[in-house]
Amino acid sequence: MSQKKPEKLIDKDGVRLDGRGFNELRPTKIEVGVLANADGSAYIEQGKNKILAAVYGPKEAHPKHLAMPDRALLRCRYHMAPFSVEERKSPAPSRRDIELSKVITEALEPAVFVEYYPRTSIDTFIEILQADGGTRCASITVASLALADAGIPMRGLVAACAAGKVEGRLVLDLTDVEDKEGEADLPLAWMPNLNAITLLQMDGSLTIDEFEQAVNMAVEGCKQVSELQKETLKAKYVAVKEEVEE
Amino acid sequence: MKSPIMIRVKQKQIAQLASLGKRLDGRGLNDHRKVQLEVGVVGRAEGSARVRLGKTEVMVGTKIELGEPFSDVPDHGVLTVNAELVPLASPTFEPGPPREEAIELARVVDRGIRESKAIALEDLCVEPGKKVFIVFVDVYVLNHDGNLIDASALAALAALLNTKMFNYEVKEGEISKKPGYTPLPIKNYPVAMTFAKINDRLMLDPWLEEEQVMDARLTITTDKDGKICAVQKGGNGHFTTQQVLEAAKIAKDKAEELRKLVVKG
Repeated sequence: MSQKKPEKLIDKDGVRLDGRGFNELRPTKIEVGVLANADGSAYIEQGKNKILAAVYGPKEAHPKHLAMPDRALLRCRYHMAPFSVEERKSPAPSRRDIELSKVITEALEPAVFVEYYPRTSIDTFIEILQADGGTRCASITVASLALADAGIPMRGLVAACAAGKVEGRLVLDLTDVEDKEGEADLPLAWMPNLNAITLLQMDGSLTIDEFEQAVNMAVEGCKQVSELQKETLKAKYVAVKEEVEE
Repeated sequence: MKSPIMIRVKQKQIAQLASLGKRLDGRGLNDHRKVQLEVGVVGRAEGSARVRLGKTEVMVGTKIELGEPFSDVPDHGVLTVNAELVPLASPTFEPGPPREEAIELARVVDRGIRESKAIALEDLCVEPGKKVFIVFVDVYVLNHDGNLIDASALAALAALLNTKMFNYEVKEGEISKKPGYTPLPIKNYPVAMTFAKINDRLMLDPWLEEEQVMDARLTITTDKDGKICAVQKGGNGHFTTQQVLEAAKIAKDKAEELRKLVVKG
């Protein structure tokens, strides 16, 4: 069964359960090119979240009737491993998984030059190995890197991060318990170079002013995520360069 | 069937008009279509409503059954929202299990009701951990002419307000029905407002042909106190921060008009 609910999620000094301040991201580690078979892949650890993403394509679209004459079909599958959560999750896609797959696809599509590859499909598979809140955001962050790692032309990377309200305070990057016990959760995906919000959802209760602050806070969080993404990609090419020069 | 060429011509026109701040059907950017509401349209259902939003038509029926609670909230009733895009509503709908559009529709309607705490689920417990009432909200799209989310959310709220629960008594652990009904306890009135972004302009309540041209879609659900309780972005385009904040303010003001229509007195 699930752990007991802690009494306070934020102490009187504004420090959260895991020691973070209200606008701090969880410790985040990203790697690209982690899977040999995939055309592109990436792995992220954000707090206790552990997520793998792999990209296959552009390749011939299957089933064929889904192919589009003027652009590639971008598909994302968000899937949770049965052992990724407290109580075993059935491996069959839930309604939540189907909705998340849809919104994640729509969050990534504005970034991809789908019109370069008509009649093909680009398939992105996201596997949640361990979940601790904010998996849809971390999935977008890592899937966007996997697409870049696959060499797919993009307008930019998509970074994602949630803001929310916990015990009356707006906070960044909610953990699972903060999401469940908190008052609101607002996941947001953002493309820095276009100032484009490509995913926005919210549940809970926020006034218009709080909503505005939460959106701005989430965008600031995305900026931090975006820096991490860039460093990760650069590190890969530095490593390749060193290898070639040796 | 309309020919694809005619549709393209119309789409181009819609996009061009949008940049001038106009719409093909003459509405202002922040006007919704005419709303018609009927309640109690299906006597067999515990509650029902039929909403017409322009030519979009949605029927919602509620059923109430006894069942088991979720283990994390053993003393609360259960809310289940399902949506069916039945094939009679549009040439693009096909029979079969709900696909992602239907699932998203149901989940967005669900989020508005759940997060605004519209139903007093805490009052729907018969025996903690064992028996609670399950409220089934079934959204049935009858004619698809765009903006299914707002029409469905409105019909769902109207149906819930129309829902009657059977009276019951518990004797030695056995539950039996008693004559008479009481209204389902409703505490909040969430109303969804959906915007389409076409040529970088936001427009409220897109009809089908606008949806076919739109870059992206944004739904903002507000509750009776004007607080935002659910948001959903859809479509393959994007919004700027400014557009999102502007939409939130319009949604809050415009929702009030529709709320008054559904919640009388």
